[in-house]
This record gives sequence, C-alpha cells and structure tokens, in this order.
Amino acid sequence: MAKNVISDETIDYVGILAKLELSPEEKEQAKKDMANMLDYIDMLNELDTTGVEPMSHAFPLHNVFREDVVVNGNDRENMLANAPDRKDGCYKVPKTVE
Amino acid sequence: MSLMSLTAVELGKKIKTGEVSVREAAKASLAAIAAREEAVHSFVTVVPEEAVLARAVEVQRLIDEGALTGPLAGVPVAIKDNMCTRGLLTTCSSRILGNFVPPYTAEAVLNLEKAGAVIVGKANMDEFAMGSTTETSWFGVTRNPWNTEHVPGGSSGGSCAAVAAEECSYALGSDTGGSIRQPSSFCGVTGIKPTYGTVSRYGLIAYGSSLDQIGPIAKDVTDCAAILEAIASHDAKDSTSVKREDYDFTAALVDDVKGMKIGIPRDYFGKGLDGEVKDAILRAAAVLEEKGAVLEEFDLSLVEYAIPAYYVIASAEASSNLARFDGVKYAYRSEEFEGLHQMYKKTRSEGFGEEVKRRIMLGSFVLSSGYYDAYYLKALRTKALIKQAFDKAFARYDLILGPAAPTTAPRLGESLSDPIKMYLGDIYTISVNLAGLPGISVPCGTDSKGLPIGMQLIGDCFQEKKLFRAAYAYEQTRAYEHCPLAKKGVSEDE
Repeated sequence: MAKNVISDETIDYVGILAKLELSPEEKEQAKKDMANMLDYIDMLNELDTTGVEPMSHAFPLHNVFREDVVVNGNDRENMLANAPDRKDGCYKVPKTVE
Repeated sequence: MSLMSLTAVELGKKIKTGEVSVREAAKASLAAIAAREEAVHSFVTVVPEEAVLARAVEVQRLIDEGALTGPLAGVPVAIKDNMCTRGLLTTCSSRILGNFVPPYTAEAVLNLEKAGAVIVGKANMDEFAMGSTTETSWFGVTRNPWNTEHVPGGSSGGSCAAVAAEECSYALGSDTGGSIRQPSSFCGVTGIKPTYGTVSRYGLIAYGSSLDQIGPIAKDVTDCAAILEAIASHDAKDSTSVKREDYDFTAALVDDVKGMKIGIPRDYFGKGLDGEVKDAILRAAAVLEEKGAVLEEFDLSLVEYAIPAYYVIASAEASSNLARFDGVKYAYRSEEFEGLHQMYKKTRSEGFGEEVKRRIMLGSFVLSSGYYDAYYLKALRTKALIKQAFDKAFARYDLILGPAAPTTAPRLGESLSDPIKMYLGDIYTISVNLAGLPGISVPCGTDSKGLPIGMQLIGDCFQEKKLFRAAYAYEQTRAYEHCPLAKKGVSEDE
C-alpha cells in the first residue's frame, strides 16, 4: 500500500494541467501509479540539501543573443501541410470564444 | 560476405577507393532490411528503394568529383525516429505524430548528409524516447537480433537492433537517461552519449531538454569517433549548444592507456547487479589494467538518488515539451469532440500511450503550485549534489568504469508491468545525463544465454577523447562479435 494517497480532486486537477481525459479505470490506475512513484521519489528526503542551489543545467549557461533577422524563407505551405485542418492559409480550430 | 558486416569506416574506405559503389552499399543495406525486418522490426519507416538509390547516385557523383572525401561518404545509416528529416515521416513512435512529415531536417542529420550519408530508414524507439525496451512504440516492438524473444533495450532500441542485425552500417540515437548506452549494451554494439551541448538538439523532438543528447551507434569505437566528428557542431539554433575546442575525436584512437587512472565505483557493483555481468565487467577492467591503466575502487555515492531525481526532472520537462501536441499544428486530431478544450484532451488522450501519459501527469504534478519546491527544486538540488560527487571523482580519475546496465536484455513482455523496476535498470546510466557527462558502452562479452554485455566508461565533461582512447585500447584485445542473425547472411547481396 502506497504511503502517498492521490485524491480524486488531485488527479482531476492534474488532468486539467496535463490536458488529458481519463476514463474511470484509467483514473484509478493513474492514482495508484502516481502514489507509487511519489513514494519512490520521497527517497530524496533522506538527503540533506540545505544550502544547495538548485541546478537546472549541468554547466553554467549564458544567454545567447542574436540579431532579430529573418533567415528562413516563407515555409507556410510546408508547415500547413501537417495541419489536421486548415482554412485560408491558417490552422483551423474549433470555436474558441462562445 | 555482406558489405553490411563491415564497419562504417571500412565500408567508407572501399567506397573511396572505388572497390564498392555507393549504389552497391545502399542495395546491400536494403537487401538486409528486406531479409531481417520481419524478425527484428528495427524500423518505423524504410526509405523507398528509388529514393535511396537516387541519393546513392548523387553521393557517388560528389565522391567522384572529389567534393566528398570524409570517411562516411556513401555509407548507409539509420536515424532514430525522433530526429526530423525533411520530407520523411518522423513519428517518435507515437500515434500522435503518426503522419508527421517535417518541413526541416535536424542539424545533426544535416551534418551527416553533408558528410555523404545515405539514409535508409527511421529507427523504431520507445514512444517519445520514454522507456527502456522499445516496447512502448505505437508501431510495435523491436526484437533483439541476438535472441528475438528478448528486447533490444531502449529507447534507441531500433537504432541498436538495426546496427547489430547489420541492416545498416551505423545509426544515430538519442540518450536522455541511458537510451543509447543501455540498448547498445543489450545489442552488442558500441554507442556514445557525448557531453551535453556537443551535438545540436535542433530538430530533435524534445523529451527532457536539459538531458537529451544525440550520439552515434556503431560496430566499433573507430566508427563512433568518426561519426561524432561528423555530427558535432556549434549551432546557433540550439541555445545550449557548446563551442568546443576540439572536434578531432578520431585523433584519440590510440592503443595506449599507460598511466590512465580509472576509478571503479563500489556502488556500481552492489545489490541488483547480475553476477555474469559483474564478472564480464571486471574481466574487461583487468584487461585495461594489464595494458597499463591504474585501477582503483572508490565510493561515488548518491547513486540510488539519481533515479528519483531523474524522473522528477525528466517528467517535468516532458510535461512542458509535450504540451505542443494539441491537435492544432500537426498530425493526429481526435475525430469527435465538443469545443476546443475537449479537442485538446481527446487528441492527447488518444494520441499518447500509457507510459507517456504517466510521465506527463507526474511532470504536471511536480511542477504544480504547492509541490514545486518539495519535488522539482528538491530534484534540482539533488542533481547539484550528484554533479559534485562526479567532480570529486574526476579530480582523482581520468575515467570511471562500470556496467552499462545491471542485467542483459530481459525477455519481451517482462518489463512494462512494473515501471519502477524498469526505471531501476537505468541506475548506471542516468546520473551521467544529470551531470551532463559523456559515456560510452562497449561490448565486453556475452552471458550464458548468449546475450551481450556492455562495459560503460564515463568521462568528465568534454573528455570524449579519453573515453575513445580507453575504449579503443580495450577493443584491440577482442574481435567484434556478429549476432547469429547477421551471420546467416542475405542471399541477395552475396
């Protein structure tokens, strides 16, 4: 039995953040999987990280700047070729504002 | 003897001298694919023969004109299906990108094309590179050419299987937590994950951006050095790309490890390591010692914490990177939905497989308000400690030596039911990505079931040359073992 317990509210909230729709069975499985994973991840609490700076990259990275100049050509047709739906040279999506 | 049993550099030499034409090489690769795909299934997409042969003619002309002189000109290659190839289906082995034809080519692949590569296909992988067995592919599993009842490893399982099955001369893979080194070990081939930033990630479909790195997979160390020399570049289109001082990796192919200090972490040889794998790795270490390397055991520390830290960081980055797959701009969109939000949700729920969804949800959770500090920042602090542990080790040693994986390839169908157990299989490779280090897996024998074992060498940042030198010196003591399937030969190209 997992120590972490994922509530229905939490898994629904995660579904909203992740933009995923889960069936009731999938939801139960996801609650179990996430609880098990969090139990495992809680192992990190054994480590004293007081005063340790979070490291997002393995070596220091600096901002990389360039002039704001267009170097690629107009690739609209190629880009749109992958669109599931299109209209008048644009991506077509369901109505966004009621 | 098939042309595909040669190394990439050997075949390149024969092409250069005119002994073999680019067309003959390409035909040998396609014939091997036709003969072995049914058993192995390394590829999501095989490039149609007309297109391969047209490219072969073009490359031959450039060689004949003297415009292409590199060691890989005209040699057939497989590209992992998470690297964009203009005009050629690129799926990430996912339903959601099932019909995606990229409008541009990844920088690393472009570099290979400039070196005269002939692409024969796009290699199968775990969906979005999430997995260790190549069983999570939407397009079906890849089988290990050494024993088709076993997995090839993953996530670059298709790339490694294609090289081992001699369907192509070499391949590109990508490595986020061991995805080049572990399948290389399972398939008996050589694969290197370079220092983070060495190869441009432009056009590599992102999984964990701070960890992802493209690298070569081939039959031997010489090939890997030549391939890395071709693909490594500083690229303004990847803001994490590093301008290195050295790109002449083949200069390190020297049979000399005298005085090289090699650390053997005791924590890599404890519980969970298969006895036969352990013996093979220690035998390989003894070979290097005999050649003059100085071996010493030490405690690396923190090894078991790398996996939980990795899954927090990689999942967090994945949840963000995979937000772009929303049914608007490319590929799959759900058939039925009501309104925009349901379109997003249904598209993603139908388009992604189980393991991908699991990681996206975990990533969304650890980044969510209230949990960010406890999970995400904690993992980044752990990463800093892991990096410090490696820094300490590399103050004393030139290289670290250990296994690439705790076992040889598991049987098909044994791994996916227990995700955490599967994640534990990455224990020796994962911390290398967290610390941005280079690591190579070199074949060092087989177990009693006849399955290959890989030795991993880890170097400090930008020390690929030390890796190549030690790996090359070790390799001089043993011949490349062709897998049984490849030994059978292909009637069409005899």
